[in-house]
Amino acid sequence: MITLRGKPVMEGIAIGILRFLEAEARTVEDAGSVECTPEEMKKRFYEIREAVAAECAGLAERARVEVGQSEAEIFATHRLMVLDGDLEDAVLSGIEAGKSLADAIRQAGEGLAAMLAAMEDDYLRARAADAKDVCARLIAALRGERAGVSRLDVPTVLAAADITPAELLQSDRTQLMGFFTADGATGSHTAILARSLALPSAVAVGSLPDRSLEGETVIVDGFTGEVIVSPDTRTLALYCEKQAAVKAERQLEETFRGLPNCTLDGYEVQVVCNIGRGEEAAAVLQNDGGGVGLFRSEFLYLESPDFPSEETQYRVYRRLLEDMGGRPVVIRTMDVGADKQVGYFGIGREENPALGYRSIRICMDRPEILTTQLRALYRASAFGKLSILVPMIISPSELLWVRTKEQEVRDELRAEGITFDPDVKLGIMIETPAAAVVSDLLAKDADFFSIGTNDLTQYALAMDRQNPRIERFYDPHHPAILRMIATVVENAHREGKKVSVCGELARDTSLTPFFLSAGVDSLSVSPPYVLRLRRAIRECDRSKVKMKDFLKT
Amino acid sequence: MKTFEYTITDPLGIHARPAGAIAAKAKEFASEITVAKGDKTADGRRLFALMGLSAKEGDTLIVTCKGEDEDAAADALLALLKANL
Repeated sequence: MITLRGKPVMEGIAIGILRFLEAEARTVEDAGSVECTPEEMKKRFYEIREAVAAECAGLAERARVEVGQSEAEIFATHRLMVLDGDLEDAVLSGIEAGKSLADAIRQAGEGLAAMLAAMEDDYLRARAADAKDVCARLIAALRGERAGVSRLDVPTVLAAADITPAELLQSDRTQLMGFFTADGATGSHTAILARSLALPSAVAVGSLPDRSLEGETVIVDGFTGEVIVSPDTRTLALYCEKQAAVKAERQLEETFRGLPNCTLDGYEVQVVCNIGRGEEAAAVLQNDGGGVGLFRSEFLYLESPDFPSEETQYRVYRRLLEDMGGRPVVIRTMDVGADKQVGYFGIGREENPALGYRSIRICMDRPEILTTQLRALYRASAFGKLSILVPMIISPSELLWVRTKEQEVRDELRAEGITFDPDVKLGIMIETPAAAVVSDLLAKDADFFSIGTNDLTQYALAMDRQNPRIERFYDPHHPAILRMIATVVENAHREGKKVSVCGELARDTSLTPFFLSAGVDSLSVSPPYVLRLRRAIRECDRSKVKMKDFLKT
Repeated sequence: MKTFEYTITDPLGIHARPAGAIAAKAKEFASEITVAKGDKTADGRRLFALMGLSAKEGDTLIVTCKGEDEDAAADALLALLKANL
């Protein structure tokens, strides 16, 4: 029995036969294509090129239906790469030079990848992987196989250094139980796709098990990120039980699809989703989320070589609003700083970044960062139901400053004749004890509150969540936190404003009765938790909830 | 021959998606289409060549269309650049 530890991507237990992806689709062998004349090889090249282009078009269509427009564009671009004239020229000249077709394609791919890899731009450098991917697919077609694992005979768990979204989408999902990768990140396209497809998975396990173990039984625990190869009978039995329990739970949750989020005593709340990328809109809809309760706009800043322009932001926001088709969408303005550092912001090293130069504090020195984002948001507002959420506000004067900037943006857009939704709401995060304590004052000028429990807990308890030494002291149910939440809701409601809870605490169903009794209007969770939370809401009777037990009064 | 200039406003510049869009559009026309940045020139039908220009926000592209449908091609490409870059 070998245990590997990675990062969990999607919850669930996968049990299957271990299969290494590289052995099939990634390495290139030149069998079969020898002993052809150059003319035959060229003809063969054009045939497989057509086949692979058609396959990419099919994948794009499948991705559009199953995942979303952005994933679809990746495959549409791959199709154009397959048909590209530079690739064609390189392959043909390879054939002329006496190479085998597979060699010619591989060298053409390597040449284009090298050209891209030598570029200054990080984004284009990363496209080198696409060039190689496309050529690997051509070669797989040449050998009579498709990339990925389209036919699996037994329940399988895939292992690879890394897996591309195409490989996941193309594999036989009736038999694909889960996967794990040596590298990879929980925020990658592949991870997002795994969550959309509900595939239990783990990334960054470090090193893969020995190749000789192919064919052994393997377990992926998508809750913890653990991977167990060749489990002993006791372990296997334990996980089979766990898997059955998860399955029963999921089936039960499914029965809550389409139902209102309404308690036994008739109190209805909104259940919406936290997402970090536009592509995750598909997961929101698949999991029956009521909209987006928190869109973290940071990825736009983290993945860009410089401040993202108004136009770039506008397109991302507009697409998200369109994808959500009129459901409410709350977009949080840039929350860079603390644990999310971006080089070009030039923040520099800080003694205490969590208590440092962060989000709105940066914008107050460089207001153009905020106004660019507000302009993009307001322009996009014409295409759906948008609310704007501002992080790290601790006093009314800061909120008024944001309101002034907002008014300037509205006036500018009106003067330029650009249409926007005049009813866009602007709310603030309540994530510091200071904001919670003066929430009566903040409620006058904010349109709504969203309680960020992760930061609120960390700041209120004076404990770093990432520090394993104090993990045992970290109690998110601490009455200090729950009392603050109750106070914030009371203060907001006194001014007729709504309150949402968007931190990790929102999905903790042992607290659902507390949130509902406190009068929280909306709970925002990761897409896979929507139905579970709905079930807890529908099983709750507020008249039986003892707030004393939560608040320790 | 028809030529126009366009200055990129998208900070990512000609990355894979817009390059794909330009190549796909260029293929719709019979005219010969080239896109140049400084001393580098790319065939408008070729995705990798377009990405190889490494054109960024603020860079000016010179697009040249030569052929029987050059007017229509130039109009279509200008509209596409405006919408995507």
